[in-house]
Amino acid sequence: MNTSRLQRFVLAVLAWSITFVIFFPILWMILTGFKTEAQAIADPTLFFTPTLDSYAAVQSRADYFHFAYNSVYVAFGSTLLALLIGIPAAYSMAFLPTKRTKGTMLWMLSTKMLPPVGVLVPIYLIFRDLGMLDTRIGLTVIYTLMNLPIVIWMLYTFFKDLPKDILEAGRMDGANTTQEMLYLLIPLTLPGIASTGLLSVILSWNEAFWSLNLTSSRAAPLTAYIASFSSPEGLFWAKLSAASTMAVAPILIFGWLTQKQMVRGLTFGAVK
Amino acid sequence: MATLQIKQVVKRFDDTEVLKGIDLEVNDREFVVFVGPSGCGKSTLLRIIAGLESATSGDLLIDGERINEVGPADRGLAMVFQSYALYPHMTVEDNMGFSLRLAGVGKQARRDKVLEAARILQLEPLLDRKPKALSGGQRQRVAIGRAIVRNPSIFLFDEPLSNLDAALRVQMRIELARLHEELDATMIYVTHDQIEAMTMADKIVVLQGGVVEQVGSPMELYHHPCNRFVAGFIGSPKMNFLPVTAQAVSASGVRVALPGGGTSEVAVNGEEAQAGDALELGIRPEHLLLDDQGPLSGQIKVIERLGGQTSLYVEMDDGIITITADGDVTYRVNERVNFGFEPSRAHLFDAQGLALASLARHPLSGLVRQDSRERSDNSSERPEGSP
Repeated sequence: MNTSRLQRFVLAVLAWSITFVIFFPILWMILTGFKTEAQAIADPTLFFTPTLDSYAAVQSRADYFHFAYNSVYVAFGSTLLALLIGIPAAYSMAFLPTKRTKGTMLWMLSTKMLPPVGVLVPIYLIFRDLGMLDTRIGLTVIYTLMNLPIVIWMLYTFFKDLPKDILEAGRMDGANTTQEMLYLLIPLTLPGIASTGLLSVILSWNEAFWSLNLTSSRAAPLTAYIASFSSPEGLFWAKLSAASTMAVAPILIFGWLTQKQMVRGLTFGAVK
Repeated sequence: MATLQIKQVVKRFDDTEVLKGIDLEVNDREFVVFVGPSGCGKSTLLRIIAGLESATSGDLLIDGERINEVGPADRGLAMVFQSYALYPHMTVEDNMGFSLRLAGVGKQARRDKVLEAARILQLEPLLDRKPKALSGGQRQRVAIGRAIVRNPSIFLFDEPLSNLDAALRVQMRIELARLHEELDATMIYVTHDQIEAMTMADKIVVLQGGVVEQVGSPMELYHHPCNRFVAGFIGSPKMNFLPVTAQAVSASGVRVALPGGGTSEVAVNGEEAQAGDALELGIRPEHLLLDDQGPLSGQIKVIERLGGQTSLYVEMDDGIITITADGDVTYRVNERVNFGFEPSRAHLFDAQGLALASLARHPLSGLVRQDSRERSDNSSERPEGSP
């Protein structure tokens, strides 16, 4: 009894310590955002008079809401598109597999192993010729393609857990493929679809490589917004921190609000 | 009206042939049971009839029309799955009305039909529940209700009772038989349980290894199995088999030498047999008679008392023989017993396992659930309001 309580105490301290170490840079960033530039580079301290000067400076230079709108547009747009393509794809792979299904799935996943920079030049040229550089549509398409393998894989595992009999019963009742998906498959795997969607939103939101290379101003999302504060004027830590805080705040809040759904979705098959 | 004809149906999965040319006819309003050990192809055959699998070759005809290319919903069939396959996110009412909703039937008409099916199955109090909140037997009834609502020409059942406990299984068996009469529909039922087959079927189809072994009424299969497999599969406990040698063949039957020295003449057609042939004698446990003068003997190894009857497992030189005896026999384990049998109840099988045909047909072997037929013919005499 005593050992187990001690063990639990040690484990708790350990877990909190690791969490704190991981979270510390974010905490420091948030704190730095409320400092002046002078304080930011001075000896580190936890005690200072907070100021919104950096936020004001950042906002006066670039409109945060413009970038935030782009991020929302691109993250949710690409997720919607990926689900629209991914659900029918995963449906056919889960319920109507052929000899090549396994191979196809591995091939899809293998595209994630390719470093994106390897295809940067061709994609850039294609986008330029199609007039899609610095457009929200262009970035949405890229993110859709980027997340599609993961989306299909996740949906596939969720769909696999659905007893085939239920869909067959639907077919006997007269459901066509679309009705099977709309009335049976989607309602029954909604937790899985939701967590897949959430993951896709988060991955798209955090993506920086393509957004930095394919957008400049009109379609630039928050990742490009942060980057714009890092390079030209050297290291203005307070402003950079303020910008970063504003960029990560929405997704952190979003992730926190939906974490229950995320965990439930990700463990959907395991604990059934 | 619904008849089903299956002509030379073959099903192959990759290189394995699961069904090897099935020919079968199902008559209107018949209760046909497909029975066989697991892996015999009975479920696959049912799924092909349902349209959930396609036949590799061969024809399926409903009322004379080829339906191989017709989709599952358009064949006019309804299926009850082993797992019930209820839609977990819908209420009982929505589950039962789903097919009508897909067919674009109006809300009121849908409700009327669902209520009627619910009344037949006594499901009215449960209409607002989700499947999760139902017991196994209730789920089973909802699954059947979902089939009834579609008003199918043929009902298909895929081992519907195997997930229920023994008591409920007996109850649902009776209920299904009642339903068959009430709905007056053609039913095809798949099971591995020969008791379900014997009790419910008008016609039993015994399958093994993708081949139809025998088709016939329950009593025909029991009294005149065409081969050793059917003989062993139908009837519980299983038929006993004893190696014997043909001694003489005559018009009145085949005389065989029994293990232990005795002889017996079995009334079968011996045209194919010759004196000296090695044959197998098949006798059901219930047809073995304990008799101190009996030609067979052995040592009792196990006694199972069921109250009304007792199963004796008797060791002979050629293996264990099961005898179904009276509930009150007073034998003890390791005691030696003598027993015999009525030759008219015995069967003979040749070296290939094929039965030598009996010279006399059993009087009940042509019986096709006569009692139920008579009752359903009298259905017009039932009081008003009853189905």
